[in-house]
Amino acid sequence: MIERSPLFNAITYLAMLIGLVLVLLPFWVVFIGATLSLPEVARVPLQMWPSDQLFQNISAAWIRADLGPKMINSLVVAVGVTVGKIVIAALSAFSIVFFNYRARMVFFWLIFITLMLPLEVRIVPTYAIAANALSPVQALLDVTGLTGLVQQLGGVQIALNWNLLNSYEGMILPLIATATGTFLYRQFFMTIPDELVEAAKMDGSRPMQFFVDVLVPLSRTNMLALATIMFVSTWNQYLWPLLVTTDREHFGTVVMQLKALVPAQNGTPDWNVTMAGALIIMLPPLLVVAVMQRWFVRGLITKDK
Amino acid sequence: MAAISIRGVKKRYNPKALVIHGVDVEIEKGEFVVILGPSGCGKSTLLRMIAGLEEISEGEIAIAGRVVNDLEPRERGCAMVFQNYALYPHMTVRQNIGYSLKVSGVPKAERDMRVVNVARIVALEPYLDRRPAELSGGQRQRVAMARAMVRSPEVFLFDEPLSNLDAKLRVAMRAEIRKLHRDLGVTSVFVTHDQNEAMTLADKLIIMNAGRVEQIGPPAEVYHRPASRFVADFIGSPAMNLLEGQFDDHGQFVHGTGGRLVVEQLNGVRRPGLRAVLGVRPEDVRRTEPHAPGAVSGTVDYIEELGSARVIHADVAGSRLVAVDASGVSLAPGAQVHLSVASGVLHLFSLESGQRIEQTH
Repeated sequence: MIERSPLFNAITYLAMLIGLVLVLLPFWVVFIGATLSLPEVARVPLQMWPSDQLFQNISAAWIRADLGPKMINSLVVAVGVTVGKIVIAALSAFSIVFFNYRARMVFFWLIFITLMLPLEVRIVPTYAIAANALSPVQALLDVTGLTGLVQQLGGVQIALNWNLLNSYEGMILPLIATATGTFLYRQFFMTIPDELVEAAKMDGSRPMQFFVDVLVPLSRTNMLALATIMFVSTWNQYLWPLLVTTDREHFGTVVMQLKALVPAQNGTPDWNVTMAGALIIMLPPLLVVAVMQRWFVRGLITKDK
Repeated sequence: MAAISIRGVKKRYNPKALVIHGVDVEIEKGEFVVILGPSGCGKSTLLRMIAGLEEISEGEIAIAGRVVNDLEPRERGCAMVFQNYALYPHMTVRQNIGYSLKVSGVPKAERDMRVVNVARIVALEPYLDRRPAELSGGQRQRVAMARAMVRSPEVFLFDEPLSNLDAKLRVAMRAEIRKLHRDLGVTSVFVTHDQNEAMTLADKLIIMNAGRVEQIGPPAEVYHRPASRFVADFIGSPAMNLLEGQFDDHGQFVHGTGGRLVVEQLNGVRRPGLRAVLGVRPEDVRRTEPHAPGAVSGTVDYIEELGSARVIHADVAGSRLVAVDASGVSLAPGAQVHLSVASGVLHLFSLESGQRIEQTH
């Protein structure tokens, strides 16, 4: 039992308020900074109330960092990764939960292990694969001696090459496998009563029909929750897009452009424009969370009927 | 030709655990068959093997003359009603009923017509656009039945469909199922552990116990001529009195601590020295005068009031004897009571195998 007394209530509220201030203060600073003019932002201490330069700063940031096209890049990557993750996660969980085959547990544990291998850990091999997505196939051919055989017989050297660098595929495909999503789906699928599966079988539904007609609509809230998390985390992805794109002009994302917004060493210290840029860049994930939060909480905590 | 023939069907989950020990049953077209047994006897497993939801380990099942062992559930022509209804929660009643038609590619216009037709039969028309969560238990059960009916299957399978309903609704639904069967005449297999349900619904009863069929027959026959001690004990409420004992030199049945029963009905089978189980239904045990022929005296243990009659639980020479008494005479626990089985039907079962020992008349 938690004791409830006026004093205890006051302490809890105080703790919550302090936490809230700690979380929100940086955002407030960004917002204030984005409204100030150059002389105002250079003043020490920084003023804590808004000024009137917001729209000028925003348009300056938009132009300087070329945010229009970059915004589209970010959106393509974030949506692509989110959709890919949901499809892959739902299908792999479907396989693990509803089908009884010998290697089921092997696959389950393989997916489980990838939880311990985030992108940062496997970034070099992942880059190698992105540089030539067919290199595993090539390696297989080399090892089995097929390459040599074909060269001797047909005089053709097999050199498979599918370069993913500087492409949307390169930014999206290596990120779409998700153990977290698979587990979220697995947990949900395990709550589906066996009778429902059997009823569908009696109704003549084939596995993929059951998946599309029954499982997908029933997992709607899970899907939206997963989409929210995945969209935000992909939007904020910095390392991978930076690594896989050298052509920043065409394939840069907005998060990468933050760098371009920071004032140069000896340039004008116009932090107000930087702040305005940051404000624009964090807006889309904020909007997604705001729109999705109703389902987001429901999908992660409770099961709706 | 039988609608369903089950020949030597066994089920094992692993090499050691045999859960169904070889079942042979012929189910005629249009028959309403009830599989009755205590929980864990394999009755649902047998039903699920017919449906195709469970693999058949040995033996074969044929539906309308076609062996279905290797057919998918959808190819067997069966429809099933589940215990927990198993409705698709995100679909309306209309979509739930029509789903099997949609899956098999029936055009929308025809689908709608057939859905409305079956919905009318089970009085669901006003609820077609509701979701299952907005329906009562009885209505959900009707949706489940409509869903089974809409495909016009050759066989209906019911897996304890009424056990989630309250007592009153269960009786009503029972009557409804009976009426539906009369109107549609579709071969039906119904699994239950409730003997009232089984007795009232069945054309033919299959009593199962521990993976074996104990008896197959019409309800009245199963009641009046139970084939084994298990069936005798399982069917009927209050349960049949079963006394273990031996016939003495005078042909009287000695039981308990030496109580003797006069059992002239058993002429022909009461060999002196034969050890057996004597069965007599409580309604065949009469309360009589102390000196009436065949009367034995006992002590009342307790009385169950049923309203129309009372069930007397008495201790007779160390054996428990239960009698149904409609006379209205009040009896207190501990009182002396005189009982007689002289005018009742008696059953005799082998002490070793539990099988019925037939009387020759």
